[in-house]
Amino acid sequence: MNIDNGYSAKGSSVIGKPLIRQDAHDKAIGRAKYVDDRCDQGALCVRILHSTVANGIVKSINTEEAEKIPGVVRVFTCFDCEKNYFPTPGHPWSVEKSHQDIADRLLLTDHPLYYGDDIAAVVAEDEVAAAQGIRALKDQVEYEELPFVLDVFDAIKEDAPLLHEKYPGNILAHTTINQGNYDEAIKEEGLIKVEGWYDVPTVQHCHIENFECFAYGEGDDRYVCVSSTQIPHIVRRVIGQALNMDWGKFRVIKPYVGGGFGNKQDALYEPLCVWLSMQLGGRCVKIDVPREETFVNNRVRHGERFHLISWLRKDGTLAARKYEAWADQGAYSSHGHAIAAKALNACPQLYPCDNFQGDAWTVYTNKPVAGAMRGYGMPQGSYAFEAHADDCARELGMDPLAFKRLNLMPVGFVHEFSHNELYSDTFNQCFDKGDEIIGYTKKYNEYKKPQTGDVRRGIGVATYWYNTAVYPIALETSSCRMVMNQDGSIQIQLGETEIGQGADTVAAQMAADTIGLTFDKCHTVSCQDTDLTPFGTGVYASRGTYTLGFSVRKTATLLKQKILDYAFELTRMQPYLLDIVDNNIIRKTDGRILMGIDELATTALYSLDHSVHLTAETTAHIKSNAYSFGACFAEVEVDIPMCRVRVLNIANVHDCGNVINPALAEAQVHGGMSMGIGYALSEKLLFDQKTGRPLNNNLLDYKLSSFMDHPRLIGDFVENYEPTSAYGTKGLGEPPVCPVAPAIRAAVAQATGCFINEIPLSPDLLFKKFVEAGLIEKEGGEANV
Amino acid sequence: MYDLKALYEAKSVADACQLLTDHPEAQVIAGGSDVLVQMREGKRAGKELVSIYMLDEMRGISIDEDENIRIGSLTSFSNITKNEIIQEKIGVLGEAVNMIGGPQVRAIGTIGGNTCNGVTSADSASTLHAWEAIVEITGTDGVRRIPIKDFYIKAGTVDLKLGEIQTAILIPKESYENCFGHYIKYGKRNALEIANIGCSVNVRLSDDKKTLDRVRIAYGVAGPVPMRAPSAEEFINGKEINDENIKGFAKSVLNDINPRDSWRGAKDFREHMAVVMAERALREAIKKAGGEA
Repeated sequence: MNIDNGYSAKGSSVIGKPLIRQDAHDKAIGRAKYVDDRCDQGALCVRILHSTVANGIVKSINTEEAEKIPGVVRVFTCFDCEKNYFPTPGHPWSVEKSHQDIADRLLLTDHPLYYGDDIAAVVAEDEVAAAQGIRALKDQVEYEELPFVLDVFDAIKEDAPLLHEKYPGNILAHTTINQGNYDEAIKEEGLIKVEGWYDVPTVQHCHIENFECFAYGEGDDRYVCVSSTQIPHIVRRVIGQALNMDWGKFRVIKPYVGGGFGNKQDALYEPLCVWLSMQLGGRCVKIDVPREETFVNNRVRHGERFHLISWLRKDGTLAARKYEAWADQGAYSSHGHAIAAKALNACPQLYPCDNFQGDAWTVYTNKPVAGAMRGYGMPQGSYAFEAHADDCARELGMDPLAFKRLNLMPVGFVHEFSHNELYSDTFNQCFDKGDEIIGYTKKYNEYKKPQTGDVRRGIGVATYWYNTAVYPIALETSSCRMVMNQDGSIQIQLGETEIGQGADTVAAQMAADTIGLTFDKCHTVSCQDTDLTPFGTGVYASRGTYTLGFSVRKTATLLKQKILDYAFELTRMQPYLLDIVDNNIIRKTDGRILMGIDELATTALYSLDHSVHLTAETTAHIKSNAYSFGACFAEVEVDIPMCRVRVLNIANVHDCGNVINPALAEAQVHGGMSMGIGYALSEKLLFDQKTGRPLNNNLLDYKLSSFMDHPRLIGDFVENYEPTSAYGTKGLGEPPVCPVAPAIRAAVAQATGCFINEIPLSPDLLFKKFVEAGLIEKEGGEANV
Repeated sequence: MYDLKALYEAKSVADACQLLTDHPEAQVIAGGSDVLVQMREGKRAGKELVSIYMLDEMRGISIDEDENIRIGSLTSFSNITKNEIIQEKIGVLGEAVNMIGGPQVRAIGTIGGNTCNGVTSADSASTLHAWEAIVEITGTDGVRRIPIKDFYIKAGTVDLKLGEIQTAILIPKESYENCFGHYIKYGKRNALEIANIGCSVNVRLSDDKKTLDRVRIAYGVAGPVPMRAPSAEEFINGKEINDENIKGFAKSVLNDINPRDSWRGAKDFREHMAVVMAERALREAIKKAGGEA
């Protein structure tokens, strides 16, 4: 097929090349500046006092002792703040009231709704004094304790304590999908019913750089907030809403960020930080959140419980399906129901079925707040869907891969709401490539034979689809500015932020390609500053590469036209006869090089006849979207008496369209796979059932998987050109995490015969399951072989 | 930035003992990989510190005049692992301390700190118990030596009196000669982990490698302090190497250990692990000693 994509993909010297990322050198030698590196040494340090009850009313806080400590500047409590509720999630703002995010947060609250809620802040000359202040304050809080609830099913009971008056039954939202007629369809004769409950835990992002921000006054009544955020323009809006002031009074600066994974797609402590600076006459105030508090007081991934029923015909096709899910929101709404809804909406598309009845509830509990996290509901959903698909295959006696190939979204499938379409035979292509890489079919058949002994092996495969970006649910827009320098090089500015994923580098590759410059001439300004950077909503939803592509192409095209128009003045050749190739103005008709872009740029700026600053700026309002697909293959070895799973081999194959930078794309896949391995095997945030206190909110007790827990991670691609996209590409940021846990679950099931319906498959859970299955004798400690 | 009241840098062992006598509330700091973490958590915040980190006389590994292996208390984990004496005579200790934390912690952390902490999960502790190490303690009144099992008093408390520091750990010749050991650390991941339960076994075989002359086994996290499993040892000592005896040995550890039930690990799970680890560690130790298991 000949693709007229209007850009030089095939012969491109920049697109599709594993070019070294723009920030590699600075990051490798430690020169890249993060929030803390930019903070003035004289900044005041803040520590926050967290509630020690999971639900209650703060009756009083005696600040006297804390304020006596040398170095403590001021103590602010919930009683010092106005009760102006504000929303925090990093969604594009909606101008329609009904679509606006729930405003339920205060800077500091007198009604803590989870163990650890923010009730006061100590501002001190240094961090030691701030910590001393917190210790002095801890026992000075008088609470009226209220009953609390930690589990979603307890929370929806009639007599459960109610977290928010406007949400009876603690239900933040409930949405449904009804296709066909489920109740009638299940009456078909000869159907096989497969039913399962699938539980996924609350986990945390664990980006290396904890959240941090600092704020100071500037000019008349303006405030600057430097923050480790994915969404500077959104944070500016939220600060304005939280402080009930004009949004333009605030300037948010985003330097390099050490990972966000969605946690920083929320306004976290920026509003409080600015407010504290304001109370102190604009002095620079810093909130550096310790790791222990990052686990509790930022955001977490929604734990979720799924109840799935499939009615199967003997030939393996689906007659009817039922879906119920309850997502654990924690104490405040943040991104709210968007997460549970995303998984619900994905289910009837992944395995289409004429008769589908689905319900999803998002439920408040007295726990840390769940928000966005890489995959936005889909690691949860993918686990449940794929575990259930494997259960269906087992019930039918079918090869699970064959069952999936039979029932997955067919080529040509169009989603009515988003107009997304599956253009290529992507699922099968990903399966075929992964099978080839890892030897799935051969190993599956080998491990299917009865195994004995303490150590057994298995292999599994799981897939997913992911709807990238947020159109048509919310606004999709991207703005870009390009400025040409005296030597013909350019700066690119975008609202899409660099958070480690490589957005800056791919933007420069795209611009270089469209204008006709070499990569080294194109520099993306990594730091966003809401006073300087064109408006953009930041990065989330795997949208960066897809959406910024539109504004980069539009802006680069405009800039190129301006350059060629100016070239006419210097070369006397009509612009339509000209092109730019490798930094030269060429005449297309004979390929002759007429002049260098450097000479043109210098002349344009310094000409005494006609001086022009060559710049371009455009906004791309995006009204399309794309499906992203892939699969994970995992081979494991299970040491039954030791209750341990070792991942021997693992490979992810993705179709993210045209790959702009294979090295960065592969790295993105590796990161997602690592996160998926932790999700599958070891990560879970635990809470004391008696108090609601988090138990393992540190990197020792929270078992983030380490480098030593991975085999070599293999990431590969099937590149089906995405026809809706400016550069044929689509999202890859979140997808790699989605299929990993169900693939590992399937592999463990094949090895042991234990189809376990919850993650993580940690040793304590495996111990219980292996004892139940008779694989371990309770007292004997040996495999029953 | 740490919340400390004062830092005294000791110039010699005697100076360290004097400083600790003069500042009875002070905390000894060596590598700092535990003390600084605790200070940050607020547990030891605001304390005076006496640093012994610069006392090179407390570093290094040698064979002393009585043919003991002498490990200076400030010897870092990574230096223990790399040391030839350790590799030749008590390789299991080098392997055990190589499972602590990550490379950075192993480069700064010391065996003295690991034991003086008094925690049951210390990776060196079960091996030192199983090899009947002797702890050398120096105070203002001189030097005393005690068996490691007496050094541990209760969780978090060791036998150090005012003005005393631990200066060395000794492994007597009778303990290490012809002896081979294996350590299994059970954690939920393969690095950056504190043992959920740890098991160290060592054996001395008969000349024909068929009989277990002497077996010693010790656990970390099977009780409030590291502990031997005497009834398991009694069961196996002098017995022939065979599956039945090995399994019998493993099961009898349940008579000795008493692990906690906590959210980090249930009691029944830890008991199960203790049995599996005893069997596996014994088999590995026998193999290292040249036997077949």
